[in-house]
Amino acid sequence: MKSAYKKVLLIIPSKVLARGVEAVLAELGEFRVEGILSDLSHASEVRLRNMDADVIIVDPVVFDYVSRMNVRARLSEYSSAAVVALLTMAMDGEQLKQYDGTIGMYDEPVSMVRKLRESISSREEAADSEGPDLSQREKEILVCVAKGMLNKEIADFYNISIHTVITHRKNITRKTGIKTVAGLTVYALLNNLIDSGSIEL
Amino acid sequence: MTNEIHRMVFSESMKLADLIDVNFKLLNVLSRLGISLGFGENTIREMCDRQGIDLNSFLLICNVYTYDGYVPSADLLAAADAGTIVDYLHNSHAFYLDRELAALESNLSLMVEPCDELQKKIVGKFFASYKAQVKRHFNYEESVVFPYVRALKTGECQEGYSIEQFEENHSNIDETLNDLKNIVMKYLPDTCDTVVRNEVLYRIYRLEEDLLKHTIIEDTVLIPVVNRMETL
Repeated sequence: MKSAYKKVLLIIPSKVLARGVEAVLAELGEFRVEGILSDLSHASEVRLRNMDADVIIVDPVVFDYVSRMNVRARLSEYSSAAVVALLTMAMDGEQLKQYDGTIGMYDEPVSMVRKLRESISSREEAADSEGPDLSQREKEILVCVAKGMLNKEIADFYNISIHTVITHRKNITRKTGIKTVAGLTVYALLNNLIDSGSIEL
Repeated sequence: MTNEIHRMVFSESMKLADLIDVNFKLLNVLSRLGISLGFGENTIREMCDRQGIDLNSFLLICNVYTYDGYVPSADLLAAADAGTIVDYLHNSHAFYLDRELAALESNLSLMVEPCDELQKKIVGKFFASYKAQVKRHFNYEESVVFPYVRALKTGECQEGYSIEQFEENHSNIDETLNDLKNIVMKYLPDTCDTVVRNEVLYRIYRLEEDLLKHTIIEDTVLIPVVNRMETL
């Protein structure tokens, strides 16, 4: 069932900013802040996974400089929501490309809402496999992983980029909750995606 | 927040029975520290004196084990005894391997009893690889880290190693246990008995939490204490 408003999760360490965004969105309806996290601790990750947010607004300062390139990938392990950066500082243009959108602290509320709307639709276009079950391609990749193939080998085999393989693997982990290769192999066997003859037992 | 935590922490005049009442999960901690039940009305200090356990280390371990985000003060760390902490960690390793993992293993095989041969084999193999991983990790600490700390304590200067190198990496172990949890919860056939399956899950959750505390004690107690000894 579609709810009347879009759920927003904030990952913003500054309380002033977080409350500000919440208040601005509340005035306009359409988007409602359902949760505020100040960091990405283990407890936050669990909430992230279970909130079923439509859009996550993240202040990139949460991540240190090195991991700032991988915010989107990190968050996609837990949530399929659109990810929007809140610009609280000057940022490298390259780093901004990973987000589905960006909003600034000086944005008019109306344009902020418009940007959020755009980010959700751009996310929906980008996502080809958003059901709770594994897509056909994800199952194929999972089988390769279970057989012990490396990302590079899988990419060559299907003639896709390594980046795409990694995205598939992140989606597989998000959907199944299983991270290790050994665990994925068990999953594949228990679900009859591979027969026991094709791997060593 | 900081004040709240300070108000909550355990002190030496507290009765052991009250300590357990606050956090019953400390039962395992007490036994690893060499304290058995039947302690009557004894306070923490009385028991430590009697058993020859370093009081400050005892308090440190119980506080870190109980209160999330508790950061020990520099004074408490300076007063702690690295030997007691290493003994505790060593006893914990033995407890995990001999008790917890053994019990989990027998629970698991009871659980997959109704499954077909292949499924039994798959689960068995996965658990065996997890156990091997845990053993490897513990072995490193037992054969490199703990002897180093013990030697440092007796004043032996050791060249070529420092606690800095004790680059903690429990993450693989955590991930594998987490996968096992998901497999048991979500993907085993429903021929498995639910009650037995629940028992397995309870056990995994408890072990997961216990191992997490174990890591936190290594990171927030052992490493700073040894760091300090190195610079003395």
